[in-house]
Amino acid sequence: MESSDQRVTYINAAHTVRSWLLTIDHKRIALLYLVSITVMFLLGGMMAGAIRLELLTPEGDLLGSDTYNKAFTLHGIIMIFFFLIPSIPATLGNFLIPIMVGAKDLAFPKINLLSWYIYIVGATFGLVATVTGGLDTGWTLYTPYSTAFATTNVVLPATGLFITGFSSILTGFNFIVTIHKMRAPGLTWFRLPLFVWAQYATSLVMVLGTPVIAITIFMVILDRSGFGIFDPNIGGDPVLFQHLFWFYSHPAVYIMILPAMGVISEIIPAFTRKKIFGYGFIAASSLAIAIIGFIVWGHHLFTTTQSMYAATVFSVLTFAVAIPSAVKTFNWAATMYRGSVSFESPMIFAIGFMGLFLIGGLTGLFLALLGLDMHVQDTYFVVAHFHYIMVGGAIMGYMGGLHFWWPKMSGRKYPEMPAKISAALIFVGFNGTFFPQFIAGYAGMPRRYHYYPDEYQILNVCSTMGAAILAVGYLMPLFYLLWSLRHGEEAGKNPWGVLGLEWTIDSPPHPHNFHETPVVDYEPYDYPEAAHVLGLHHVDPEEAVHV
Amino acid sequence: MSEVATHDSPGIGSRLQPHFANAQQQYETATFGMWVFLVTEVMFFGGLFTAYLIYRIQYADAFVHASHHLDIVLGCFNTVVLIGSSLTMAMAVHSARISKSKMIAFWIFMTMILGGIFLGVKAYEYTIKWQHGLFPANFFFEAPDAGPQRIFYSLYFAMTGLHATHMVIGMGIMVYIAAQALKGSYTERWYTPVEIMGLYWHFVDLVWIFLFPLLYLIGRH
Repeated sequence: MESSDQRVTYINAAHTVRSWLLTIDHKRIALLYLVSITVMFLLGGMMAGAIRLELLTPEGDLLGSDTYNKAFTLHGIIMIFFFLIPSIPATLGNFLIPIMVGAKDLAFPKINLLSWYIYIVGATFGLVATVTGGLDTGWTLYTPYSTAFATTNVVLPATGLFITGFSSILTGFNFIVTIHKMRAPGLTWFRLPLFVWAQYATSLVMVLGTPVIAITIFMVILDRSGFGIFDPNIGGDPVLFQHLFWFYSHPAVYIMILPAMGVISEIIPAFTRKKIFGYGFIAASSLAIAIIGFIVWGHHLFTTTQSMYAATVFSVLTFAVAIPSAVKTFNWAATMYRGSVSFESPMIFAIGFMGLFLIGGLTGLFLALLGLDMHVQDTYFVVAHFHYIMVGGAIMGYMGGLHFWWPKMSGRKYPEMPAKISAALIFVGFNGTFFPQFIAGYAGMPRRYHYYPDEYQILNVCSTMGAAILAVGYLMPLFYLLWSLRHGEEAGKNPWGVLGLEWTIDSPPHPHNFHETPVVDYEPYDYPEAAHVLGLHHVDPEEAVHV
Repeated sequence: MSEVATHDSPGIGSRLQPHFANAQQQYETATFGMWVFLVTEVMFFGGLFTAYLIYRIQYADAFVHASHHLDIVLGCFNTVVLIGSSLTMAMAVHSARISKSKMIAFWIFMTMILGGIFLGVKAYEYTIKWQHGLFPANFFFEAPDAGPQRIFYSLYFAMTGLHATHMVIGMGIMVYIAAQALKGSYTERWYTPVEIMGLYWHFVDLVWIFLFPLLYLIGRH
């Protein structure tokens, strides 16, 4: 067998900066995205750190109100638009979808590269806006504040968001076409890995939702420039903006969480060495979440002029989202039941995901209740809820996936022990940060203020301490994953001993992924029956437990 | 991108990109991709159409009133011009299908001329609106329901402006395709870009088919 020094891989195929910046290899573009979103994650995290430090004491002593408003606005915008939305799709999805469908690349490699450049241009607008005065409208850009009253520069960051939207559209568009048209012989829809199903559902939301936020932001920019589409002075309706905004921004939550669910659906059977329970239901539930997700946006408008009847319908529909979400959670649990569960680091992230997503999902039902929402609207209860979904859920899934596929992407194993500690710190630190916020919110602490009554201080101190632990948990992978690039043990084709097309090829993969187009004549996750097809050693359940 | 010929792709030779198995797959991928793209375009314009419809219901009289300041003759003329350009675009695709390179370039050129006429008329209309103080940013129209009329003109300029931008982008790509056609790049065996260009142009045309009655014809029954 050739050693990795001589073997051509997507990493050593060329070494110039140009070969990276002009690459059309989906794996290299995935790494470009990985580096970019990591920078954004650090920036957004710094904003979060500033917010938590300010809230350590009831007085507004560290940040003034203007600075605080800018800090949480940029924290939201950076984390949502420049980190979470591209996180799993543009890195893991970009890297894995062509491999998982048995193709050499995405359907449109040049458009894939274009999407990264569009992302960079959009992010540049965002960063220039940050250093030239910032933005204080909140990430939601609500009118008429954003169009008529905000004294900060709205047009520049809004243009950045408008541009970045197209990078998301192009990624989703590329995935949909790839999954439809590029599947290897024998790879029918119901043989696709559940990660691909989740990405397909995500891509539908990206393609159908993102254009609407783009045009909505375009209208805000126009209004800011003297047009009057949402201007209440001439009869315009700011609530119309909220409808259009949430028509995308609620489904955008599913852009963040669905890919993470796809990752979990890969990790659970892999470390349970068991066929996933209810494959069809998990696949269908991804589509159901994407579709139902488009008709629940009104639950963000319960306290506006929206009619009582509309609010009732939106409340009921919001409850309906719980069904496919629960279908997934129960199927993961059923997969683990009587499986040969082993607790490698990706599995710990996955189990952490299940716990945090459960809390996030269930508190979502509180907010879907019309009466209760009146009480907790715009409090820390809402803040805690969506962080449980978007940080506890989506980032936990992203971390799990990054660890699971890191040996494939880099060709190296990372040290297990720090990874397990990182997963544990993130779980503990996350709960420490956000669980007290449920209590503070329920007790009436409003969001988006830089000072608060003394009685909330103990909860905020807990939260800030939790955030410190969380920060350590998030920073650790940066060190040991980079360390592994040089010092890690060679991973080999299949370091975890699991099923999936991506584990049949070299690590890191050849620029064309497969030497020969694979023919798929077996069902997914068929442990242990299909193990021989892929040339795996039979995994002894007894042995696996002790790994 | 390096493009290599493979044995199982008779006729399209160097046009087959290396990540496709065969010409059929490449063709289907390209056209399917264009349809998916057009779906995003529908959603893109959809946001503006939604805003229009909501205000149209809310301020029906003001919208009818504001609509009367639009020049229906120029609007009709432009509609005919644009439908004509769809015909010439279809002729370009037809010419590609029968491998007539010069005819492709000719019909694309005709499409661009018609597109140019449309944009010229549009620019004239914009100028008149500007001079009459109907541009939202310098709106000085005084009437009891002037406010909602300004919403109408905000939407008029946003919608027609976005439509015109799409035409300009399309015409930019046409220059490239016409040049490629003159080089003899497109034959009956491979003319995917011409076909995709056609899909795009027909879509842009279709947007106007909705814009014209909504903006010009309301209240003129």
